[in-house]
Amino acid sequence: MTAALDTDTALGKPIRRKEDAHLLHGQTNWTDNIQLPGTVHMAILRSPMAHAKITKLDVSGALKQTGVVAAYGAKELGELNGGVPCVWPVTDDIKMPAFPALAIDKVRQVGDCVAVVLATSVAAAVDALDAIEVSYEALPAVTDMEAALASGSALVHDEIETNACYVYKMPCGDYEASRAKADVVVARRFINQRLIPIFMEPRSVVAAPMGMSDEITIWSSTQIPHVLRVLLALVTGIPENNLRVVAPDVGGGFGGKLQCYREEILVTNLAKKLGRPVKWTETRSENMVATHHGRDQIQDIEIAATKDGKILGLKVTLLANMGAYLQIITPGIPLLGMFMYPAIYKMDSYDFTCTGVFTNKTPTDAYRGAGRPEATYAIERIIDELAAEIGMEPMELRKKNWITHDEFPYTTVAGLTYDTGNYEAATEKALAMFDYDGLRAEQARRRASGDPVQLGIGISTFTEMCGLAPSRTLGALKYVAGGWEHCTVRALPTGKIEVVTGTSPHGQGHETAWSQIASSILGVPVEDIEVIHSDTGRSPYGMDTYGSRSLAVGGQAIKAASERLVEKARVIAAHQLECSATDLEFVNGSFHVKGDPSKSQALGAVAFEAFTAHNLPPGVEPTLQAEATIDPADFSYPHGTHLAALEVDTETGQVKLRKYVCVDDVGIQVNPMIVEGQVHGGVAQGIAQALFEGAEYDEDGNLLTASLADYLIPSAADLPSFDTATTVTPSTTHPLGTKGVGEAGTIASTPAIINGIVDALRHLGVTDVAMPASPQTVWRTIQAAKAGAK
Amino acid sequence: MIPVEFDYVKVTTIDQAIAALKSGGEDSKIISGGQSLLPVLRLRMADPSVLVDCGGIDEMLGVREDGDSITIGAATTHHAVMSSPLVQQHALLLAQATATVADPAIRHRGTSGGALAHADPAGDVPAAALALNASFTIAGPGGRRTVAAKDFFLDYFTTAVGPDEILVSFSIPKCDWGSHYAKFNRTAQAWAIVGVAAVVNVEGGVIKEARIGLTNMAPTAVRASTVEAALVGASSAADITAAAMHAADGTRATSDLHAKADYREHLARVITARAVRAASGI
Repeated sequence: MTAALDTDTALGKPIRRKEDAHLLHGQTNWTDNIQLPGTVHMAILRSPMAHAKITKLDVSGALKQTGVVAAYGAKELGELNGGVPCVWPVTDDIKMPAFPALAIDKVRQVGDCVAVVLATSVAAAVDALDAIEVSYEALPAVTDMEAALASGSALVHDEIETNACYVYKMPCGDYEASRAKADVVVARRFINQRLIPIFMEPRSVVAAPMGMSDEITIWSSTQIPHVLRVLLALVTGIPENNLRVVAPDVGGGFGGKLQCYREEILVTNLAKKLGRPVKWTETRSENMVATHHGRDQIQDIEIAATKDGKILGLKVTLLANMGAYLQIITPGIPLLGMFMYPAIYKMDSYDFTCTGVFTNKTPTDAYRGAGRPEATYAIERIIDELAAEIGMEPMELRKKNWITHDEFPYTTVAGLTYDTGNYEAATEKALAMFDYDGLRAEQARRRASGDPVQLGIGISTFTEMCGLAPSRTLGALKYVAGGWEHCTVRALPTGKIEVVTGTSPHGQGHETAWSQIASSILGVPVEDIEVIHSDTGRSPYGMDTYGSRSLAVGGQAIKAASERLVEKARVIAAHQLECSATDLEFVNGSFHVKGDPSKSQALGAVAFEAFTAHNLPPGVEPTLQAEATIDPADFSYPHGTHLAALEVDTETGQVKLRKYVCVDDVGIQVNPMIVEGQVHGGVAQGIAQALFEGAEYDEDGNLLTASLADYLIPSAADLPSFDTATTVTPSTTHPLGTKGVGEAGTIASTPAIINGIVDALRHLGVTDVAMPASPQTVWRTIQAAKAGAK
Repeated sequence: MIPVEFDYVKVTTIDQAIAALKSGGEDSKIISGGQSLLPVLRLRMADPSVLVDCGGIDEMLGVREDGDSITIGAATTHHAVMSSPLVQQHALLLAQATATVADPAIRHRGTSGGALAHADPAGDVPAAALALNASFTIAGPGGRRTVAAKDFFLDYFTTAVGPDEILVSFSIPKCDWGSHYAKFNRTAQAWAIVGVAAVVNVEGGVIKEARIGLTNMAPTAVRASTVEAALVGASSAADITAAAMHAADGTRATSDLHAKADYREHLARVITARAVRAASGI
């Protein structure tokens, strides 16, 4: 294939995002903006209890309220009370309890849906909730994972007789042998705390029967319109060919909108039952308890090494909090991290065990990075602890153990084959930007003078696996769906191009980047290319957007379809120009006869010929379009080196981030400006886990951080300006040479921050600090270390 | 969420406001900038039957000079207060504290008088008002009365303003002492875990007098009187640090998600020393 990647094309240019004008001008089409005649609005009565029997539920009072059209509990809803699906049964003996949209007899989390009211206005629906009679009999709440697994614990689901959802093991090599050989074994327990995906646009869904046909159209603020269509068909029994799912403008997701939510099931079923549009938009308060959460793992990690710093083996034992129910890929999230604990390091053995645990909390599921931030956090933290234990500079320990650039492709102890990488280059660049030696000198001065403000340097040399994923690999992991992506490219009669993609952007800039890819191959200006997406009626095939897959997988499909279109056009052009197809070269959007500059035909002219079909070569069908459905050959493995310099005020415990340098290698970049934006947002979100965010529950299972006054997300005012740069080591398994970038920053930055805090305080006896490292937590950690030292 | 249905009355004079409060009865509530009240309504933590909007009463708007003091209309926005030359010249501490309230959008709607009458113990304005010896003009059915700052804040979200009354304005004696408001919080837009409002009179490098208000160390903003007394005569950083060790004396700090009481008390001591040093230049 001769894609025009080596000529001056739109590919690789930091052009401004096409989609931003309508965002900035307030012309967005959020789901909640959709107003259809006859709409009824749904309001939800949610459980205020984490675990309770529903002893009484009477919705009849609500029916008497002004404007109320219908009200349902589970009993009234009957067969329409569909179950929320889980598509990743990770083991043969996994326990998969039922998850009805409306709770039946029992509630198992604060925020469980108990009843719904449908009314002609949102206000009427919300008011009528007060008229529902409901009473509960409290049951003991299961909130602690270790207690949940102890015998005699209360059960989240009585019928499965255990709170253990599954146990997954992956032994690689002989860890016990490595341990026996080791001079040093360092073990730590890290708590990877529960996070709440705070996307700007709350969830919202509208479903409407479409008049004369049997079609029901569902507009949802989702990342996965295509997958959602399949799942809603399976759950509701509505024929798939009668369902159309549209994701209009979607204001962020971070994995939180990679879901088939109970509210989506309820709205769809009730629109069909009532024969009129039904709409529901969550409040931020609902969002905090009812959108799935992320992380929440207890990580026991043990590393075995020689005294001169050669890593021999790694053992990881996880407890992963499933929450009260399994949602779309709840059980699989820790497995996405499973492969990444060995990270960039060579070792002989690796032993992984994960136990999924039910608790009376909001279900967990994908959140930016999904499993890989947890893994990266644990390995990058334990590397620093090992360095401290053997008295080695932490970067030197990394260099001693990482895969060198001449060793790629490299099959890790976990069985993945990393195609390419250059950890030396990224690290060298980052160190130069950071002034590593200068900051170490300042650190030494502050320590010597007993400065109340201590300086810490945090390192994270991360890699990750993304671009989900080869379908066969997903199948081997018992994931129910595939990992391919689809694209159709059409050259319209006027020469304009439509790129129909199966990815589903929700802020990333796909319309611009995909146009750049197509432009680089078709030679058509970016502004003449329209990217069609996120509507199963207009872009029927796709696997949507998550796991940094859209470019890494979807981009391949765009490239392949564009190239196929050129090849079809070449045959038509050759016929028109009365030459052999092999005599044509395609440059800047036109076919030229080699050696005869006077004879050429532009792609748009070919498209018009294909449209009129007056003079096509024999056997060539009218219209100029091509499609491609590509299953990726492998994951992609972005990597990078992130360095943080931070000041810890030992008198108050407050951490001030002073400098953040990151050099990411995401392979070939389609649009460096968008890459930089993804890195910035990702880094901020990872720092947020380290310093600010954490979902806290009380022992009764009440979410204490139930509003944005208590669940703290940082703003620009709380973060320094990041110094970002890249190295470019093209992926060899992805035809464009690209890797994913959506999650990289989030995966990388969390351990850099915590390593930095521990580095600042290690001379005081501090060896770990819990996340989020709030001032109080840091201050108490210092106090405890001082007390221990006495 | 959506508030419970309520009536809304917009008034243009204090008398109209008082009449509207009276006719609305116990369930009526004054709204000014709405930055504290509306979230409470939307969460349905309160369901007043009538909201009396006093944002259009001329007498309650703006900052004016009043001889030896300045008077600030209760419905003057935070932004107008902090950018007022009169406030910056004669009550700089109020501008400093106000500048830390939430974010610019909220400061353009929320009002100074609203924040004072709301009396959130974690609010920044009350501690500054205490340290500046503000006095409050309250109007009610029986006429007007003036209440000193020390008598204004009574308890959690409770002030001397009765349910049938309205805070018209507050006055601050002109103060040219050095001042500083130190706010300790976790993110730029978060409420104070602890805040310290300090005005300090320094002559010849020696502290002659200091007034210190503490945010979020008790059910209301409070004065750190023991520190104030201990600061008289202080002339070094060590003196200030020693005096600030009393910052938690007599306070009633609470425990919440962000800080337990003992940590708050520790912070009060550390932050008070820093605020006084910044205010005094010592």
